Amino acid sequence: MILEGNVWVFGDNIDTDAIIAARYLSTVEPRELARHLMEDIKPDFPKLVQPGDILVAGNNFGCGSSREHAPLAIKGAGISCVIARSFARIFYRNAINIGLPILECPADLSALLPGVDKLRVNLDHGLIVHLQSGQNYQAAPFPPFMQEIISRGGLVEYVKSRLTLE
Amino acid sequence: MVEKILAAKAGKDKVVPGDLVSVGIDLALGNDITAPVAIKEFERFGLDRVFDPEKIVLVPDHFTPNKDIAAAEQAMVLRRFAEKYGIKHYYEVGRMGIEHALLPEQGLVWPGAVIIGADSHTCTYGALGAFATGVGSTDLAAAMAIGEAWFKVPATMRFEYKGPLPQWVGGKDLILFTIGQIGVDGARYRAMEFAGTAVEKLSMDGRLTMANMAIEAGGKCGYVQPDDITFAYLKEKVSQPFEAVYSDDDAVYEQTFSFDVTNLEPQIAFPPSPDNVKPVTEAAGIELQQVVIGSCTNGRIEDLRIAAAVLRGKKVHPRVRLLVIPATQQIYRQALEEGLLMTFIEAEAAVSTPTCGPCLGGHMGILARGEKALATTNRNFIGRMGHTESEVYLSGPAVAAASAIAGKIVHPEEVL
Repeated sequence: MILEGNVWVFGDNIDTDAIIAARYLSTVEPRELARHLMEDIKPDFPKLVQPGDILVAGNNFGCGSSREHAPLAIKGAGISCVIARSFARIFYRNAINIGLPILECPADLSALLPGVDKLRVNLDHGLIVHLQSGQNYQAAPFPPFMQEIISRGGLVEYVKSRLTLE
Repeated sequence: MVEKILAAKAGKDKVVPGDLVSVGIDLALGNDITAPVAIKEFERFGLDRVFDPEKIVLVPDHFTPNKDIAAAEQAMVLRRFAEKYGIKHYYEVGRMGIEHALLPEQGLVWPGAVIIGADSHTCTYGALGAFATGVGSTDLAAAMAIGEAWFKVPATMRFEYKGPLPQWVGGKDLILFTIGQIGVDGARYRAMEFAGTAVEKLSMDGRLTMANMAIEAGGKCGYVQPDDITFAYLKEKVSQPFEAVYSDDDAVYEQTFSFDVTNLEPQIAFPPSPDNVKPVTEAAGIELQQVVIGSCTNGRIEDLRIAAAVLRGKKVHPRVRLLVIPATQQIYRQALEEGLLMTFIEAEAAVSTPTCGPCLGGHMGILARGEKALATTNRNFIGRMGHTESEVYLSGPAVAAASAIAGKIVHPEEVL
């Protein structure tokens, strides 16, 4: 699967309270959650973000609480993919489980500029291309087990197939 | 220890860090924030049963007693699901507690158990020698259906604390100090083993506090190997047989840290991150508007006893609102019987029924713009307890109680 989009750049240790504050957890609707995405650290973000945009971050993205509302809010905003140098482990699980594409890429992409830089991402190969310069970056591949969950469209579909087999 | 527990549950002789295993779980936990998402996903399976109604725990604790209509409706989703599927361990307001204080108290946690919870602080149960870790709602939904969860076997980091601990220094100070040393991603994806003479002498409540905050270092789990203190705690709580699991003498640790804590000062995490940790003397004088004593980190009976020992016969500073939140109904009752609640009330603190409430900025003590709070909770991210321009400092119960009296952050010795 190939994605292409404008970038938004965030730093290290973006926590789940920053992604979606607890005061908005009274709903489970992704689109409703998206209206408050990143609001506490970038108040105009929910208005500016466009479907198909790509979110770029530093180390330990999604640290803090286990709230699945965080990847749901990102998905609800139409963000196509999150690229970070590393992810906090519960966020990583949650993103895979709900089918939000994420890539762990060791390269430092923090100098990219929102509204200027565009990326093309090949999810199957973990290849990231900076469209303006043609520079390539390689993300870590998923283990086969996770690829199976992703290819089935998330954990629910994976478990459904298991239940059918039984 | 974690490798041995996961190998046993996966039916393998041995697993090594990095292996992916699917294991049967002993318990799956959800709350009023995470379970509604899980229940929505669970319904997509089209099942008329859960894998085992005795191995699922549902606790409405975050926004309860219901803070508004939306919260009330989320709590109702839990209640209806529990009724429909005959969930044995559903704890209603008046009988409940903050989940991570409640489960060990109710005897639902034992050494060697594998427990997942759709709440990041599920790692608390490692204090009893269980493998316990936080997951998301979809993981919970899958576990409720098939009773299994997948894990990547974590590498283990060992933390040795050489004691004795000074007075007024406890489990919270040890874990804050550790997070300050290694950072909020210092143990990312790792198991954290807590050991050494200071931990061996630490009470179960203190150990629960330490394991609770493994997640604040990015850890998958944190644990203390079972010993006499563990078994004394479990006695009369856990009726079912269990086999304790221990680290081998030749266990492989990715990294070992050794800290001499003989002269450790009480620790404070400055906003906006739990790894921004300094000794209390460096925080001295910071003026406060609110102090919170409670949460899954520090709302247990020992925490309340420490706070009451500091507050006895004194008054909370006129500028400060002190909120005391016993973590479970049983702790509340015990605090009442021991006279601790009277001490708090006479000191002019507000005492609340168990709730996560202010810890995550839900309700029961939200901060206004510019306000500063000192809390015995676990996170101090931007806006965590209210307005994005409010600030949260983290400490143990002794410093929190003393600072409530002084109106500013102080070492407990300054008010005694």
